[in-house]
Order: sequence, then C-alpha cells, then structure tokens
Amino acid sequence: MTVMEQRGAYRPTPPPAWQPRTDPAPLLPDAEPYRVLGTEAAAKADPELLRTLYAQLVKGRRYNAQATALTKQGRLAVYPSTTGQEACEVAAALVLKEQDWLFPSYRDTLAVVARGVDPVEALTLLRGDWHTGYDPYEHRVAPLCTPLATQLPHAVGLAHAARLKGDDVVALAMVGDGGTSEGDFHEALNFAAVWQAPVVFFVQNNGFAISVPLAKQTAAPSLAHKAVGYGMPGRLVDGNDAAAVHEVLSDAVRHARAGGGPTLVEAITYRVDAHTNADDATRYRVDAEVETWREHDPVQLLERELTGRGLLDEAGIEAARQDAETMAAALREHMNQDPVLDPMDLFTHVYAEPTGQLREQRDQLRAELEAEADTEGGTHR
Amino acid sequence: MTTVAVKPATMAQALTRALRDAMAADPAVHVMGEDVGTLGGVFRVTDGLAKEFGEDRCTDTPLAEAGILGTAVGMAMYGLRPVVEMQFDAFAYPAFEQLISHVARTRNRTRGKMPLPITIRVPYGGGIGGVEHHSDSSEAYYMATPGLHVVTPATVADAYGLLRAAIASDDPVVVLEPKRLYWSKDAWNPEEPAPVEPIGRAVVRRPGRSATLITYGPSVPVCMEAAEAARAEGWDLEVVDLRSLVPFDDETVCASVRRTGRAVVVHESGSFGGPGGEIAARVTERCFHHLEAPVLRVAGFDIPYPPPMLERHHLPGVDRILDAVGRLQWEAES
Repeated sequence: MTVMEQRGAYRPTPPPAWQPRTDPAPLLPDAEPYRVLGTEAAAKADPELLRTLYAQLVKGRRYNAQATALTKQGRLAVYPSTTGQEACEVAAALVLKEQDWLFPSYRDTLAVVARGVDPVEALTLLRGDWHTGYDPYEHRVAPLCTPLATQLPHAVGLAHAARLKGDDVVALAMVGDGGTSEGDFHEALNFAAVWQAPVVFFVQNNGFAISVPLAKQTAAPSLAHKAVGYGMPGRLVDGNDAAAVHEVLSDAVRHARAGGGPTLVEAITYRVDAHTNADDATRYRVDAEVETWREHDPVQLLERELTGRGLLDEAGIEAARQDAETMAAALREHMNQDPVLDPMDLFTHVYAEPTGQLREQRDQLRAELEAEADTEGGTHR
Repeated sequence: MTTVAVKPATMAQALTRALRDAMAADPAVHVMGEDVGTLGGVFRVTDGLAKEFGEDRCTDTPLAEAGILGTAVGMAMYGLRPVVEMQFDAFAYPAFEQLISHVARTRNRTRGKMPLPITIRVPYGGGIGGVEHHSDSSEAYYMATPGLHVVTPATVADAYGLLRAAIASDDPVVVLEPKRLYWSKDAWNPEEPAPVEPIGRAVVRRPGRSATLITYGPSVPVCMEAAEAARAEGWDLEVVDLRSLVPFDDETVCASVRRTGRAVVVHESGSFGGPGGEIAARVTERCFHHLEAPVLRVAGFDIPYPPPMLERHHLPGVDRILDAVGRLQWEAES
C-alpha cells in the first residue's frame, strides 16, 4: 500500500461537539428596567425599609446641595454631584453588611457617607486637604478612586482574598457609564467571573461621561448586557426607584454571599447637575431633557409612594428635612474651619521608611519653612 | 572536617527557591500570573509551586496584566502578600496604570493606613535573541515612579536574597530579573540559602583603583569581563553592582568614586532619560572635587529595542566599556 493510499484510508475522528460554556438565557437582563414604586411589587416592600430609604434620600439630596454650595464658597476644590442619583448612592451602602466592602468612584461620596463615614472625612479629597480623609479599614470603604474603573479589579481581588480565607465578605464596586468603556472594567468582570468572586458591579448609567452621551460610549443593547459576555448575570433597574435598586442590589449581594459569583447591575438614572461645579452642561444638553428627569425624581417617587399608602405624613416629611438640615449645618460648620496640614507629611508615607533621597528633600523643605517662618516673624534682615 | 557539597545552581533555581521558602514561611504569600501554575512559568521560575502549595496559592490568571496587578491590589488590601509575574518586560506595560496610580500611591494616599506589600517580578533586558517586545529595559519607568522600590540581582545568591527581601517588604517592590542571567550558574548551596539582603545596598563586586564601573543586573557580568580585559591596558577597575535602583545607595557608590576618581555608568537601557543620567548627576553633585574626568555613560542606543540579529550592536559590550574608560582623561596623569 502506498503512502497516498494509506492517507486515503485515514478517517479523522470528528472534533467533539461544540457546546456553550454556560446557558446564556438566564444571564440576560430583562427587557425593561425593574421597577417597584408605583407597581404591584410596592405592596410587598417592607414599609420600614422604605421609610429608612426616604430619610436617607432626603439627607442625600441636602448633602449634594450643601457640598455644591461649599464649592461656591471656596471650601471645596471641586464637587461631582449625585443630585438625581441619590437612590443609587444610598442603596449601594444600605445593602451591605458590616463586614462587606464598598469600592466607590470619585462621584460616590454620598454612598461613602451613607456607609457611615464622616462627611468631612469623605470630602477631604475634594477639599484638597489630603487624598483620603478616612481610614479605609474603619468602615471597609476603599479610597475614593479618581481614575476610571481602576477600583473594580481591586474589589475583585479583595473579594477573592476574603473567599480564600473563608470569610463571609462581599465587595460592591461602583462605576459610571463612561467607566464601562475602560479596559479595567473588562478585566475586572472577566477575573470576577473566572474566579466566581463575591462581587457586585454596580453601574450608574447617568447618561453622560462629562459631556459624552451613552450613544457615543457603547453600541451594546444595554450596559447590563455586557455581563453575558463574561458569563455572569446582568440586571437592569430603574436607578431612580430606591426600592427597586435596593431589591436588585440585595439580590446580587445575597447571590454573591451564597457563592453564586458576581453580578453586573445597571441602574438607569440621570445626572441632574453638571459633571462638577467646574462644568457647563448647557454646552451639550438642553434644559428640557433635564426637566423630564426632574419629573422622575428619586425623592419624589418614594415620597409619593409613602404618602399615597399612608406610610408618611407631613410631620414625617418635616422630620426627615429637619434631620437633613442638622447634617448640613454640621457639615457647613466643620468645613468652614481651615484644615491644619503638616507639609512634612508629604514625605512620611511614601514608603514605610523614607529613602535617603526623601530624607534629603524633607530636610530641604524643613529649612525652607524655617526660613519662611523667620521672614514672617520679622527676624529676616 | 566536613565540607558541604556546593553544587552550581542557576539564578532561576534560586528564584524558585526564594518563592518556595517565602510561601512556606507565610501563608499570606500568593503567586499569580500568566502560566505560573501548571506550566511553572515560561522561564520555569514558579516550577512546582502550584503542585506543592495548591492552585489557590500559585494561580494561573486570565491573560491580562492590568487585571493581574489590579486584583493583586485588592488581595493586598485584604492582608495577602501577592507576588505577581509579568511574563516579559514589554508585557508589563498594560499594568502601568494600576502600578503608577494605585500600587505606588496607596500607602501615601491613605497616610499609611493601607500599605500594599506587593512584589512584581519582571523578566527584563535583552541578549536572549527574543523577538520584538521581549527584550526591553524598562527600569527607568519604575525608577521614575515614587512609592516603588526597584531591585535587580546579578548573582544567584542575590536573586534569592533580594526576592525574599522584596516579598518581606511592606512596600511594593519591582524585582527586575535579568533574563539572560536566568541560566547563569554560581556555586550556591540550596540547603543553606544566602541571607535575605536588605533592599538599598550596593556591593563592590570587584575592588580596583583606576576607575569605577557603576552597573547593575545583566551588565554586571559584562563589566566584570571588561575589568579583567582592562588589566592588559594597565587599568585596575572597580565594579559596583547597585542591586537596588530605588532606594539608591549613594554611600557605596560615592565611596568608590572618591577612591578611584573616575566613573563610567553601564546599563542596557537607553542613555537619554535613562538611569545613567541620574546616577552621573548624583555622583557629580557629591564627588565633584574627587573627579578627574566627567562621569561617562555606556548604554543602549536611544532606539526601540533592535531585532535579535542586530542586538549585539546595541548592547553595551566589553569593547564599548573599555573605549569609555579610555576617554576618562588619563592624559592628566602623565
């Protein structure tokens, strides 16, 4: 038999039949954002939870207004507001247990405050005082993250480490619609799904990345759909419906805690204020659009539900406002005090021990400060 | 009298031993990266670790360097001591945002509350015939990033000692491993590993009186060879192996230059904006009155790393080093 004849007789084994690694159908988000308020589902919601959410929303709205006012008085260097997004911010903090971790983006100081961090400490970065004002381990809140989406892999790593140690810890990581275009978003979701890490990725789709609308950011059917590509469930929720956001995030946290792995939640909301106080939103959107969203305001939605069902009266509304005013007054008072900074701190925490180079530079700055003090003290000749 | 059998060991074996000892000593030490598990790494530095410690301690990650380092940050936040492998120098670049914006800064950002004890192993440098993106000398990027320590061994014993010190450090440490020295051998007893070296100390590898060659990593053996060859020219060259680029050991370097009065900095990295400029400036600022000649640099050219068939023209060799030594204004002596 010739070689060619042998080859002709050869019948290759067919490759094994292809199968999807996971069934994509259960991972797909619903066609419509999930809603509770104003629907039949509202009747099942815990009245006590709704009242707690309401008190926090009113406080959050006041916090946003106060922080924005502080920028105008020069007490904050910059403030990225979450006015209109309070339901997302508050729910993100309330769904976590004490041992869980929150990974905020730079816009999420309200979530940080709702988690229990002192507002002055939460705003330290934006005051220009120091980069992080709070001890991350005290309330298990990672430092506010200014680069986009880079905190997401941190959340995955922390959750993974906790799981390796056998600890009951879930990490909830916050990001905006613009952040989903970053490479770190992709890498974090991929690692989380491969490792089945107990993480919840919470995207607040507020319509804009500074000036760029979502249409220029993605061609995906929704941001929640991106989850399917990683093999994790995607959930779509009305981000201005505090009860719905709380329920969807709670489900995702419970799923992660039970060992079910990560979830991607997209909340549809709207950034009512400009990107920051330094931004001019009239250059890229019309007021009419903003007004449409004011009709779907998270505070009013919940207030209507609660009053309509007799769970909240005028006295209750007034009490919530009063509580918010007390918080705002305290924040004003503390922020009106000039922070005391020690320039020597610039060198203290670069390394565990300053290097020789840093010791030399520290001495140089100290000498400069002493010379400055002498001049100001009138001893300079 | 008994003599301990000291067999030659490779630098790669010493690094493996360092990882193994660190993992055995501290359950918080986790090794992670591309191909580090089942395969044992493309250079086999993590050989056997997954088998010995399990895949949770030595983990094959998805192929994404920013993800590897980014998740390592989170693991360190939770108290682990991750040791990540970047497979090749030029493949570490996707991780630079995590490195610069988080790894290097988080201790400072949190005023000491959140240190990140992460070791980043980077095989670096040329001379192995690697095709594009496999031979970069990326140390200047790391040196220019405050908050990182940067070390690079040139001997088998230092490979062990520096990697152990890096893993033990509470600060992030970039360990630049000279690829072409992975298979270099020294007499080294693996049963009695070398002591853990403190990070930040240079060492005089060869004493001499005529001039100092200041070098590190893959260029150390080249300088040793050059020093031997220089004897024929009547020069007795001292070779200082920096071992640690950050922190920089001004004391050892300047003591040597003050003795010899002349210095050449030798590295593979390009000269413009490279480590040699900083080193020459530091030496000049501190030893000006001891210098008989300007501090010279022998470096790679300021070009993208060349294709393997041309790399011998790019890498600093014995002749180029001796040529520089010859330009150290010896005429003043005659």
